[in-house]
Amino acid sequence: MTLLSTRGLTKQYAGLTAVNNVDFSLPQGQIRAIIGPNGAGKSTFVGMLSGKIISTSGTVTFNGKDVTELPAHKRIGLGMAYTFQITSIFSNLSVHENVALAARRVNQKTDSISVNQRVADALDRVNLSDRHEQIAGDLSYGHQRLLEIAMGLAQSPSLFILDEPTQGLSAEEIESFITLMKSLAGDTTILLIEHNMDVVMATADLITVLNFGEVLAEGTPQEIRANDDVQAAYLGIANA
Amino acid sequence: MEFGPHLLLATLEGAIGAAVLALMAVGLSIVFGIMRVVNVAHGEFYMLGAVIAWWITSLIGGHPAYGFVVALIVAPLLVGAIAALADHLVLRRIDYDPERTIVATIGLLYVLQQLTLMTFGADARPVEAPFNKRIALPWFENGADGFAMYWPWGLSTTTYKLAVIAAAVVVLIGLWLLMTRTRAGLIMRATQLNRDMALAHGIPVEKVYALVFGLGAAIAALAAVLIVPIQQAHYLMGGDPLLLSFIVVIIGGLGSIPGTIVAAILIGMSDGIISVFFSPTLAKILATLLVAFVLIFRPQGLFGKRES
Amino acid sequence: MSTSSNTKLKALGLHLSIIAVLAVSFLVLPEYHSGIIARVLILAIYAMGYNLLFGYTGLLSLGHALFFASGMYGLGLAMQYLNAPPLVGLIAGLGFAAFVSAVIGFLALRTTGVAFMIVTLMFAQAGYLTILLMGEYTRGDEGFVIKQSQRMIAGFDLSHATNRYFVSVFLFGFCLLIIGWIVQSGFGKTLVAIRENEERARMLGYNVQLHKWIAVVISGTMSGAAGAAYALLFGYVGGTFATVQYSIFPLLYVLLGGAGTTIGPLIGALFMFYLIDISSEFTSAYLLVAGVALILLTLFAPQGIAGMLRKRVIRWLP
Repeated sequence: MTLLSTRGLTKQYAGLTAVNNVDFSLPQGQIRAIIGPNGAGKSTFVGMLSGKIISTSGTVTFNGKDVTELPAHKRIGLGMAYTFQITSIFSNLSVHENVALAARRVNQKTDSISVNQRVADALDRVNLSDRHEQIAGDLSYGHQRLLEIAMGLAQSPSLFILDEPTQGLSAEEIESFITLMKSLAGDTTILLIEHNMDVVMATADLITVLNFGEVLAEGTPQEIRANDDVQAAYLGIANA
Repeated sequence: MEFGPHLLLATLEGAIGAAVLALMAVGLSIVFGIMRVVNVAHGEFYMLGAVIAWWITSLIGGHPAYGFVVALIVAPLLVGAIAALADHLVLRRIDYDPERTIVATIGLLYVLQQLTLMTFGADARPVEAPFNKRIALPWFENGADGFAMYWPWGLSTTTYKLAVIAAAVVVLIGLWLLMTRTRAGLIMRATQLNRDMALAHGIPVEKVYALVFGLGAAIAALAAVLIVPIQQAHYLMGGDPLLLSFIVVIIGGLGSIPGTIVAAILIGMSDGIISVFFSPTLAKILATLLVAFVLIFRPQGLFGKRES
Repeated sequence: MSTSSNTKLKALGLHLSIIAVLAVSFLVLPEYHSGIIARVLILAIYAMGYNLLFGYTGLLSLGHALFFASGMYGLGLAMQYLNAPPLVGLIAGLGFAAFVSAVIGFLALRTTGVAFMIVTLMFAQAGYLTILLMGEYTRGDEGFVIKQSQRMIAGFDLSHATNRYFVSVFLFGFCLLIIGWIVQSGFGKTLVAIRENEERARMLGYNVQLHKWIAVVISGTMSGAAGAAYALLFGYVGGTFATVQYSIFPLLYVLLGGAGTTIGPLIGALFMFYLIDISSEFTSAYLLVAGVALILLTLFAPQGIAGMLRKRVIRWLP
């Protein structure tokens, strides 16, 4: 079953086309990576999925519902979660409160588990459980990235969009991030923008390559690795 | 008086208001445009200009023109220096944070106003105009014997009032030349475009800010010296011009000097004209609501272009 | 999880102790000071309402005098011209303030930052001028007096000093407990999240605009409640309460006492009122104190008294 799809999704900034006419479809339960060179329109594309960025034209369908006209907070309410490319946390609040803010929104609809339980679970999964009371802004950069992921986890999303989550993480933290993503697979559909090809190859079921705002290729990690166009546009340069 | 002559009189009074308002508002607009801060104490700098003009003219005897000319030079300089000092002591230290600057300049407003009350007192004090010759104005009438010119009773203005309008125009042109044709103007515009870039190019941004803040205040003080022979100096006189210049700057588009001048003429003229025919309170209500709605629905100002 | 309920209990304890201390103080305070405290408590309610928007939500309004005056005139006009009894007047005041804040909030929240400050300032100024324009009923700057005979609830004379004191303590305490409850609820914490990082709050699924609007309405209604209570307890309704100065006062109180703390508004109102009261004995330019305080606070102590307490001593301060 398709969880998320787009038709002709386009974003123009004052004459410049950042994303051009993208048709995209993401089945339930998949881990999908979006890769592409800098400026390929990846962040703009996922921004339009979550409603953070307003599209110029095209449609977004989520869970069988046309969400194109819905503001971001309503889309999140339908079960999306979004982590920012540039770390965006509540730096003056405690780590616990950061995650609790994410959890409380979910508990407004279903409070099968208590907010504190959700917070504890989420922080546990990113190995921050000993830092509940610390002020978020005092965390190291890598820990702030993990906190941001924990906020997403606490939302128990059906679609989890992560914009460059491993940027700034240590090798060890990246390892546990890969484990975390694999443990989520099945229940949660994941859309990952990622520069680190090791992470992509280790986690993604399918890869979509964007270039100049258009879909250049789509396929399994093996297929993408073998694709000449992709090599030329992106991997070739990265591997050189 | 009939409607026609009455309207001409209202227009003339409106033009004086517009001239002074344009100066006030351009001062506020330059500060906002370059420093991105709103100076709530702007009206008090205007008030200080008037009070200092009174002080200087009462010190210097002889023909009223002597004192007035000295005031015209000294008051703006003094007020500009006070403003630059305030910038140095307060605004610089809060790093020109927009919201904190508003709170701090509200504080500055009270400090200047209350200090004036303590020293200058609560009375309104007049300043004599350097020259003040009454000019009767003619009106035309298409009567029984065809088109005729006559001098209606009460339709007049003074040489001084006309000089105020002329002086305002000269100052505005001077400012425009300063901003567009001089190195100082270039530096100010560079700072406005990109503060960090200006810093990187060795522009002493802090000094530029202090000068701009001082310049804005000096222009307000100059406007006050010009108007004080018509209006008298009083410690609370800054309130209304502040409100009006806010209105003008916002309607003209924040930071846009041509827009500000057009809006000043529009608002100044209509304020003069509306006040003659309608309740001034109602006129003010409409004007304040207009500002609110312009900010809500057309934040680029009535004359500005929307940035995409 | 015990920590958060623990904090809530401590906060409740703190608030109840403050209310108790205020009530007991009456026995030891000279009459002049109990009169002042009654006034300060009503102004502290105003500041608490202001603080919910400024301190907790991060929206700096320069037009709260409009809400204060709405409550005051809602009650005053109803009692003066419709002969409404005090409680009905109070409801009229609250209702009118709620209505005005709902409309102003809806409009002003389309702007942010400096534009929001100016828009609220302009609306409040338009409100003040409207009071002047309708001078026939409002009596403009001069104002009007609500007769003592009207200020009775079932034989209980609200103009009597003792009654007035305890009614102020009761109203203040009631509002303090409401604010304490709001800011520790999920709703209040969402407001803080909006203040801290609006974009992130939105991307966690919160309807930011709606939360802000509700904050404006609660804040405006509480400010209106203070205005209505002021008119009822001190028997005077006037246009001065709608001037810009009365929009600045709660900002000053909150900045001094500590923005985003429940006890800051009381501390700020108490200090500032006495400061102005004392200096007005020496000079007619007593507002100089307000100006100097605003500048010094902005420069050196943006967190205010309670804010510094929270940072240095009592971390759990609500």
